[in-house]
Amino acid sequence: MTTSIWMVLVILGCAVVTWLPRILPFVFVKNVKMPDVVLRWLAYIPVCILSALVIEGMFVKEAQLVTIDWLHLCAFIPTLLVALVTKSLSKTVVAGVITMAALRFFFS
Amino acid sequence: MGNEQIQSNSYTPDTFMQGVKDCVPTLLGYISIGVAFGVVGIASGISVLEIFLLSVLVYAGSAQFIFCGLYLAGAPVTAIVVTIFIVNLRHLLMSLTIAPYFTKHSTLRNIGFGTLLTDETFGVSVVATSKEGRLGGKWMDGLNVTAYTTWIAACTFGGVVGQWLPNPEKWGLDYALVAMFVALLILTLASIPKTKLMHYLKLIVYMVVCMYGLLYFVPGHLAVLLSTLAVATIGVVTEK
Repeated sequence: MTTSIWMVLVILGCAVVTWLPRILPFVFVKNVKMPDVVLRWLAYIPVCILSALVIEGMFVKEAQLVTIDWLHLCAFIPTLLVALVTKSLSKTVVAGVITMAALRFFFS
Repeated sequence: MGNEQIQSNSYTPDTFMQGVKDCVPTLLGYISIGVAFGVVGIASGISVLEIFLLSVLVYAGSAQFIFCGLYLAGAPVTAIVVTIFIVNLRHLLMSLTIAPYFTKHSTLRNIGFGTLLTDETFGVSVVATSKEGRLGGKWMDGLNVTAYTTWIAACTFGGVVGQWLPNPEKWGLDYALVAMFVALLILTLASIPKTKLMHYLKLIVYMVVCMYGLLYFVPGHLAVLLSTLAVATIGVVTEK
C-alpha cells in the first residue's frame, strides 16, 4: 500500500484529461441548440464506436503488417451467435470468456 | 388518465433501483475486467493503493490498462497523459449522444452524469433510448453508481488477488471486454428499424476496412476514434 507524490500527480493528470471530455457536453448542451445534421451524425456514433471496439481486437500489428488475430476471430463467432440468439449481455460475456479460455487452453 | 397510466407503464420506471437492476447484466463484465486490471496492475509494478486511485479517479478500463503498459515501458509523464486523453476522447462523442436527454436537470447533476459515463453505461443507456426515446435521471444515477462502486471494488480486489494469480489471460478474462461490446452492438442493432438495418450493416463493413487501413499508421485507440468520426460521417452522407 504505497505510492509516491509523482505517481499521484500522474494519476491526477490522467483523471483531469479523462473527466473533461466526459462532462463538457453535459455542461454545454443545455445552452446550445444542436443543428439537425449534428444530431443525425450523433445517431451513428453508438454503432460506430461499438463496432470499432470489437474490430480493434480482431487485428494485430506484426512488424510492418496488420493481420487477423485468429484466436480473437474464433472467439468472436460463438460470442456473436450467443449475442444474436440470447440478446443477453451477461450470457454473451460468459460465452465469450469460456470460449477464449478454451481456445487458449487448446491452441496456446 | 387511464391511457396515460398504461403508456407510462410500458416505460422503464425512472427510479434509482431500476437503474441498479439494469446495471446487473453488465456487472460480470466490470468484475472480470476489473479483477483482470488489478492483476495486470500488480504485474506491471503498480501498488494496490495506486490501482484503487486509478479506478476511483480515472474510471476507464482501457485507459487504465494502457496506463499500466506505458508505466511498465517507462514512458514520460506527458506521453502517458496525452495517450490517456486520446484514448478517452471517445467519451466526448458518447457524452454528446447522451447529454441531450438530460437538459431539464441542473448543471451539477449533469456533471454527475458525465463524470460516471463509461462505454458500458453508455451502451445500456443507448439501448434504453432506442427502445423508449428518453432517459430518467434517477435511473441513470442508479446505473452509474452501481457500475462505479462495482468497478472500484473489482479493481482493488484484483490487485489483492494479483499477488497470487499471475496470468488472467489464461482464463479468458481479457475477452470479457470485447464480448461485452459485441453484446451491446447487437442490442443496439436490434433496436434499429428494419428499413435502416442494411445501411448500418454497410457502415460496419466500411468500419472493418477503415480500421484495417488506419491500424497501419496509428495505434488501436486512435484508429477507433478516427474511424468512428469517418464512418459516422459516411453514414450521414450516404443515408437516404
